[in-house]
Amino acid sequence: MNQIPLTHILFVSTALFFIGMYGLLTRRNLITMLMSVELILNSVNINFVAFNRYLYADKLDGVFFTLFIITIAAAEAAVAIAIMIHLYRNLNSIDVEQTDEMKF
Amino acid sequence: MANYNYIAWIPLLPLAGFVLLGLFGRRRFRGFSGILGTGLILAAALLSLYAAWQYFGAGAGAAGVTAGGSAYKPILAMKFTWLSFSPGLSIDMSVLLDPISVMMIVVVSLVSLMVHIFSLGYMKGEERFGTYYAFLSLFSFSMLGLVLSGNIFQLFIFWELVGCSSFLLIGYYYDRPSAVAASKKAFIVTRFADLGFLIGILILSFYGETLDFGTLIHRLTTPSPQFLSITSASFLGFSLLSWGLTLVFIGGAGKSAMFPLHVWLPDAMEGPTPVSALIHAATMVVAGVYLVARLFPVFSLSDPPALGVVAYVGAFSALIAAIMACTQTDIKRVLAYSTMSQIGYMMFALGVSKYGGEGGLGYMASMFHLFTHAGFKALLFLCAGVIIHRVHSNEMNAMGGLRRQLPLTHICCLIACLAISGIPPFSGFFSKEEILLAAWQSNKLIYGVGLFTSGLTAYYMFRLYFSIFWRGPHGVRQAAGDPGAGDAHGSTPVSMNLPLVVLALGALLAGLIPFSHFVTSDGEPIDTHTPLSFSIAPVALALAGIGLAAWLYGTMSDRPRRLASAIGGLYRLVYHTFYIDEIYAFITKKILFNLVGRPAAWIDRNIVDGLMNGLASFTAWISALIKGMQSGKMQDYALYFFTGIAGLAVLFIYIWKN
Amino acid sequence: MNLSLFIIIPLVTAVAVMCCRGLRQARWISLAGSLGQLLLSFVLLFRFGQERAAGNSSRMLFEYRHSWFAAWHIDYHIGVDGISVAMILLTAVIVLAGVLVSWNKGPWSKEFFSLLLILALGAYGFFLSLDLFTMFFFLELSVIPKYLLIGIWGSGRKEYSAMKLALMLMSGSALVFIGLLGLYYGSGHSFDILQLAQVPISAGVQRTFFPCLFIGFGIFTALFPLHTWVPDGHSSAPTAASMFLAGISMKLGAYGCLRVATYLMPDAAREYAPIIIVLATIAIVYGAFATMMQKDLKYINAYSSVSHCGFILLGIGMLTRAAINGAVLQMISHGLMTALFFASIGMIYDRAHTRMVDRLGGLLKVMPFISTIFVIAGLCSLGLPGLSSFVAEITVFIGSWQHPGTMYRLATILACASIVITAVYILRASAQTVMGPVKDPQFSVLTDAAWYERLASILLVAGIVVIGVAPFWLNDLLKPGIDAFMVHAGQTGLLK
Repeated sequence: MNQIPLTHILFVSTALFFIGMYGLLTRRNLITMLMSVELILNSVNINFVAFNRYLYADKLDGVFFTLFIITIAAAEAAVAIAIMIHLYRNLNSIDVEQTDEMKF
Repeated sequence: MANYNYIAWIPLLPLAGFVLLGLFGRRRFRGFSGILGTGLILAAALLSLYAAWQYFGAGAGAAGVTAGGSAYKPILAMKFTWLSFSPGLSIDMSVLLDPISVMMIVVVSLVSLMVHIFSLGYMKGEERFGTYYAFLSLFSFSMLGLVLSGNIFQLFIFWELVGCSSFLLIGYYYDRPSAVAASKKAFIVTRFADLGFLIGILILSFYGETLDFGTLIHRLTTPSPQFLSITSASFLGFSLLSWGLTLVFIGGAGKSAMFPLHVWLPDAMEGPTPVSALIHAATMVVAGVYLVARLFPVFSLSDPPALGVVAYVGAFSALIAAIMACTQTDIKRVLAYSTMSQIGYMMFALGVSKYGGEGGLGYMASMFHLFTHAGFKALLFLCAGVIIHRVHSNEMNAMGGLRRQLPLTHICCLIACLAISGIPPFSGFFSKEEILLAAWQSNKLIYGVGLFTSGLTAYYMFRLYFSIFWRGPHGVRQAAGDPGAGDAHGSTPVSMNLPLVVLALGALLAGLIPFSHFVTSDGEPIDTHTPLSFSIAPVALALAGIGLAAWLYGTMSDRPRRLASAIGGLYRLVYHTFYIDEIYAFITKKILFNLVGRPAAWIDRNIVDGLMNGLASFTAWISALIKGMQSGKMQDYALYFFTGIAGLAVLFIYIWKN
Repeated sequence: MNLSLFIIIPLVTAVAVMCCRGLRQARWISLAGSLGQLLLSFVLLFRFGQERAAGNSSRMLFEYRHSWFAAWHIDYHIGVDGISVAMILLTAVIVLAGVLVSWNKGPWSKEFFSLLLILALGAYGFFLSLDLFTMFFFLELSVIPKYLLIGIWGSGRKEYSAMKLALMLMSGSALVFIGLLGLYYGSGHSFDILQLAQVPISAGVQRTFFPCLFIGFGIFTALFPLHTWVPDGHSSAPTAASMFLAGISMKLGAYGCLRVATYLMPDAAREYAPIIIVLATIAIVYGAFATMMQKDLKYINAYSSVSHCGFILLGIGMLTRAAINGAVLQMISHGLMTALFFASIGMIYDRAHTRMVDRLGGLLKVMPFISTIFVIAGLCSLGLPGLSSFVAEITVFIGSWQHPGTMYRLATILACASIVITAVYILRASAQTVMGPVKDPQFSVLTDAAWYERLASILLVAGIVVIGVAPFWLNDLLKPGIDAFMVHAGQTGLLK
């Protein structure tokens, strides 16, 4: 069976991870940052699925974990967006630069 | 063996007085506090006399004198352990009776009784009358306890207590800054000397392995293992025994106002005059002599060099004090220097003495002089008290011609002056002759000093006498401007006259007591013969001193002033007592305070505490540095987070391989 | 005899004080509670004497053990020997005196009194504990309230002092805790003092953890150079807290140094003894000199406490029987003396509103009682026979002198010399404040001590005089405990 080498898939997931990280660290908009977090989570998901397939083909642990992460991601998005809405109500903005109340 | 248990009551009665008067003297017992204190000390005095009678008296065969010989043996009448440190080493509260302690309880309780009675009149109307008697009782208790001590540390305890009661009594007029300063000075100077005493005790007790006088003396005078260990150990070239004894002597020198630790005694005259009579003339100041006498066998048999120190310090103090007394104009200060000089006599008499038999003449003479001196010096101070009471001044220049106003005081004072000058047949003559004889037999230099001093003594005492009672035609010069006070104290009350008469009789007759039959270095009675020819020189010198004083001060004249200006510089030096006080002030104020105390306080605040504060500031500084990391910006945190993860990944993958 | 009563009574009193209303109720409840503690400690003394007289010679009496945290072998284990009985008695006396002295303390009197009682609780627990962890727990319990007492009711730079005190004491307890863990792991998992005393502890463990424990406890006892919390803390604290701080808290450290550090690790104690002695001697002499230059009465007493606590550490460092005995005597004596001193200073300050010696003067005329108390405390401090300090100090001196060796002798001589310096500063202070002419005309209207202040002072003076006049009584109480200590120290030395 001629299949895609693992490195290709890992390359995709790594790329996705760093794109997400770049977005998370540079974007000012909270929504965009949330989207970047989703990208990171998804890169992890790809890793889980790929390793599960290539290393332990007879097991499903990685797939289960992926499902968990998707669920968590959904919950997290819901909480995050709720926070953002409150922030917007208070600050009239969702710029992350303005949410630095919690400093020394 | 007679029963001596009652001896414990002799110190305890005044203690009861102190406790009662200390607690209630201010209010409840206010009215009769003087009577209470006097009554208790009277009981103690009667007990002491009884004890002396029992110890020395006719029934001595059963008590003090053992069947074999005629010596008076020490008796340990009572003993219980007060504080024990290790086996063999404990402070015991004990009552030791031997010739000197019996002699001392008689002296202390009698003089104390006289002073108690005298104070009834002298201190009448004082605001803190009850407190005064409480302090007097405390002193009597401590002094009696001191002389009865059978344990060197017990002696130290009472030694400190007499120091404290002296402090309290000197500072009795506490709202007078000079009195406060004097009390402070007395305490600190004697404390400094006590440091020597304490270390001396530590040395002696460590090597002697006991604190008990009897055992200690026995071990240190016979070739016991303890004796060998203390003499073989040495420090800076002297054996530890010498060190120990010399340090103990420093303690004694401080209390007895020996040069150079005498500076507190003249200032201590700020206290009420009866107190000066009791503490600073008759009893406490001779404690140092008593201490050396107590350890005399050790000094004499085991360590002659230390005894030599005693002799020379005593002789030098006798001389220098007599010189200083010649220029003082404060009546009490003259008496203070004369006390110092007389104690010097006692010290060098001990110093030139040997142990046992006829060689122990100096020891016996020293104790005899202590005995007679207590009487006539207390008398002198009480006379001074009467005079001050009348004149309201201590300055001799403000007095003159008082012999008409105070005839009784005049007679008493004359007797005391004759006694201290060593004119026969007054008591001082006998004891001083014996001291000089002992010195002659052992050390001619010290004899010379003693002889010269006895002439000086006669001079300055009669200078005092003539200035007060003769010079000037009109009585109290100051009383004219102070009629109110003159009325109030118009006549001297009986309570003040009675002690004068008793003590004057003592000064007349005490010399006739065959002292050498009772108190000797080893308890064996000796016979003393002072050849008549030997007495000529001292008596002649004394008469010369009296004559000089009469010529200078007998009448109003400007002879003293001319004499003083003739020897200008020397006179000033002596008048300022050789600037010893100034030297001490320099050492304490400039050196101890400014060079040690101030830097210590500064270092503590700035360096040691600065170190602690520095540690705190350092922590704060670090936290100020790194608190910027907590910016509140989410993306910064994310960056730290990722950096951390990356760092951990690198760590785990490349460094911690297994 | 149920020793837990010593923990329950202060706790109940503290809670009751919190629940009551106003100053009047708070002080009466506290008075009742602390009186109860004092009575209880007398009962303990009596029962203890009875047991000993009946021939019960076990190491600790009235032991009680209850497993607290079994997995870590932490027990609630209490029991007393003569030393702890004496310390408990001291605590009870000082707490009662402290309550009496703060009779009109406000505002927030409820909180004040209950914190004071919690301090007492901590001290009792500490002296009772036979389990190191329990001991540590109570040690901590007696630190925190001090911060509040000083920070809220203090005077002067109170926040700074409170912070300094709390931080330094806390770092002390942190070191203690490290030491405890070292002992726990070095001895085969036990916190029990009696058990630990049976186990030989290896030289390496001793060498490493003895300094932790000794310095940790030493901070409480003003070990040079970690004593700087003492002047600031004492001078800012309210009177009762000063009394407690100097009277008991500094003794917690000394007791810990003795009972934990030195008792359990005698070999290391012997090894480090020269260092301890040097530090103690520096504290004694240098503390005395530093005292000489102070102007504030509380600073004078605080620095003199540094000097006097040096005697405790000197005694412990010398490790001879008499020296240890003297150290324990000094703990008790200094506790009473310094509490009395602070009480009288507090009374003066309450009236004259100043503690500066150069502004006070002639108080003996205005307030004879307080001045007398002040002078008695001063005389005790300079070691007058008949008062407790003398007994303690000479015992330390004699004990120290028994240690041959030039350095030890020199240290003893220097320590002896400090009595002269003590005399200098005490007499200066009392001459300037108590004696002399009345300096400020305002002082002439001041009143003398009230009944509660008199009661507190008399209580403390009685303690001082009883020990000073009849030290054999206290010595007999302490003797078996110290003997056992010396035997243990000797045996372990042989094992090595």
